[in-house]
Amino acid sequence: MENIRNQTKIFFLRILNIPFAFLMHAIDLIMWPIQKIIGVRNMPYIFLLPNLIFFGLFVIIPLGANFFFSLSSGDELLFAERELPTTKQYDQLFDCESYLNPNTCTEDFFWRGVYNTIFFVVFQVGLMIFFSVLTAVILNKKIIGRGFFRSVFFFPVLLSPVVVGLIWQWILLKNGAFNAIIESYGGDKISFLTDPSWAMASVIFVSIWAHMGFYTLIVLAGLQAIPPNLYEAAEMDGTSRERIFFRITLPLLMPNLLVVFILASIKGVQTFDEIYVLTGGGPGTSTSLIVQYIFTTGFASSGSVQNFGLAAAASMVLGVVLLFLTLMQLYFSRNKESKHQEI
Amino acid sequence: MSETTSRIIKIATKKRYKNKYHWTDYFSYFYLFLGVLLMFGPVVWLGLSSLKTLAGIQEYPPTILPLSQIQVDVEGYDKPLPIFNVTQEDGSVKQLAQIKRIGINAKMVDPLNPGETVKVPIDKREKIREFKIQWQNYVDPLRKYDFLLYFKNSTFITVVATIITLIINSMAAYALSIYEFRGKNFALVFVIGTLLIPLTIILVPVFYVVANFGMINSLWGVILPGAATPTGVFLLRQYMLTLPRELIEAARMDHASEWAIYWRVVLPLSIPAIAVLAIFSIMWRWNDFLWPLIVLSKSEVYTLQIGLNAFHGELTSQWNYVLSMTMVTLLPIAIIFAYLQKFITTGIASTGMK
Repeated sequence: MENIRNQTKIFFLRILNIPFAFLMHAIDLIMWPIQKIIGVRNMPYIFLLPNLIFFGLFVIIPLGANFFFSLSSGDELLFAERELPTTKQYDQLFDCESYLNPNTCTEDFFWRGVYNTIFFVVFQVGLMIFFSVLTAVILNKKIIGRGFFRSVFFFPVLLSPVVVGLIWQWILLKNGAFNAIIESYGGDKISFLTDPSWAMASVIFVSIWAHMGFYTLIVLAGLQAIPPNLYEAAEMDGTSRERIFFRITLPLLMPNLLVVFILASIKGVQTFDEIYVLTGGGPGTSTSLIVQYIFTTGFASSGSVQNFGLAAAASMVLGVVLLFLTLMQLYFSRNKESKHQEI
Repeated sequence: MSETTSRIIKIATKKRYKNKYHWTDYFSYFYLFLGVLLMFGPVVWLGLSSLKTLAGIQEYPPTILPLSQIQVDVEGYDKPLPIFNVTQEDGSVKQLAQIKRIGINAKMVDPLNPGETVKVPIDKREKIREFKIQWQNYVDPLRKYDFLLYFKNSTFITVVATIITLIINSMAAYALSIYEFRGKNFALVFVIGTLLIPLTIILVPVFYVVANFGMINSLWGVILPGAATPTGVFLLRQYMLTLPRELIEAARMDHASEWAIYWRVVLPLSIPAIAVLAIFSIMWRWNDFLWPLIVLSKSEVYTLQIGLNAFHGELTSQWNYVLSMTMVTLLPIAIIFAYLQKFITTGIASTGMK
């Protein structure tokens, strides 16, 4: 039986292989003469070329163009029709009487986005790491059905932001399942998504729900890398479990958590999709973050003209923040590696 | 047989401290139980509700199973009327159909005797339900709206983009792992560099490039910008570095062209790493939202994600269709996950990306 199954598998793989082999032979007809002309030594450049063209077109050129857009003004997308150079965009973006009060800024929407993003990232990342560690520690214990529980906590990671947004929008409706549960325990209905003071909390909750599994998995890998003989030694000494956790597990997990913290911050600062589907940034501007501002000013302004320059300037600001976070990540992950090598 | 079973149970329930339950053990199971409810509950709830009628979905407080109220045709009324169990004044229960509700009273009629109408206080009546699965929720949107087209677009983008990504990324990884050449380090740094630049900070200029190629409102405008992935190149390169060089030398001895070495020797040996990248790519592409949202503004090129979001925006009240199409959107990924769960989780744990 097993044999037959394997044979059918191989058979189907062979059939799938036919168009692939055909394509590869066809490319070889071009590659062979090229190799004859430029020689084997220069072939790696040919292999690198397609990828580098894509990187150049869609990453490097845009990166340069971003400077250009942010330093020019006008409504046109074409370079020739834009005024330059000008710092108008940055002036407008940073035109504030007081940076602590978004209402005094010309671009109050941007500054609200900045403060919302800071608030969002602080709570989302903090709570998410707390729950990831808690979940990972529990999943690392010898429990029944560990594989099942692990996949239950992990699977929301695979859901698309639209699916996550729609599911939760529907559950958090005024007449939704969550309010039904609250009412059945004698509470009052809550407008999770339309009350400004609740909307942010709901958005943070949903975002943690959707991404926690990913970080749990990384923390779990970190936990499993802790040498078991440390635990055995502690157990021999009759150390209490609380003490083992705070004196062995947590300190040894620290380098791992630092990387998780920065990774989560990088992702958190760029949050857009789930919130866009869930609340659309509303009510008012209470859940709109920086990327939402870039998207709205650059691509979706209803009523006013799309302002590519302003959007580009805002993404440059975001880029600086991300660069700082990424450099921190590189620094800490290098530190972590060198520490591992010492052990 | 029973001996092994009992041993398995013994091993599965083995505790660190023998014969003594610590409070953390109780807490763990309580937490896991709560976790299953919170993580898995919403999706199960979505699946069950997507089989309800619109009235069943809007019912408050909601029922868990797809139960819908029985309706009957009564002579003299155009629409079918919902049936209730009504407690009479003498305590007996009678089945009546409701014509309409007026404040706290309901105007009702006996289906067996359609001539008379009676007024019943609404707290004296109770809905009669039956278990009924509403398959129309799945059939209607595919027929009446463009969801079949969206599904096709999404599939096209996912398949083509994954193929392109696999080919060009594996080519670059092959060059960066097998050969020594001038500028290799520069190319490596270049690839790492692109890792630091997420799409969110170059949205406007990438849009500009795509517009210059005339790919706005084209599926290619979604496929091409993300085709070269630095994570993919790295994943494949790390794997290819472990391949034995003797194989490549042997192939060269046999006068194989460099391209033939790439696809006949290196690619087949790198299948495990390629499979991980393929799964990631499928996931990225199928779930992608922000970039398609910017590039695609005509409904005939919408992907499933964009179409679903737009459909929900237009028809907020049609939750029965929204829920069923949400199920359709998440199902392909859920099936892949169910089959390749271990593969995906080890892939993420070892690369630290998603």
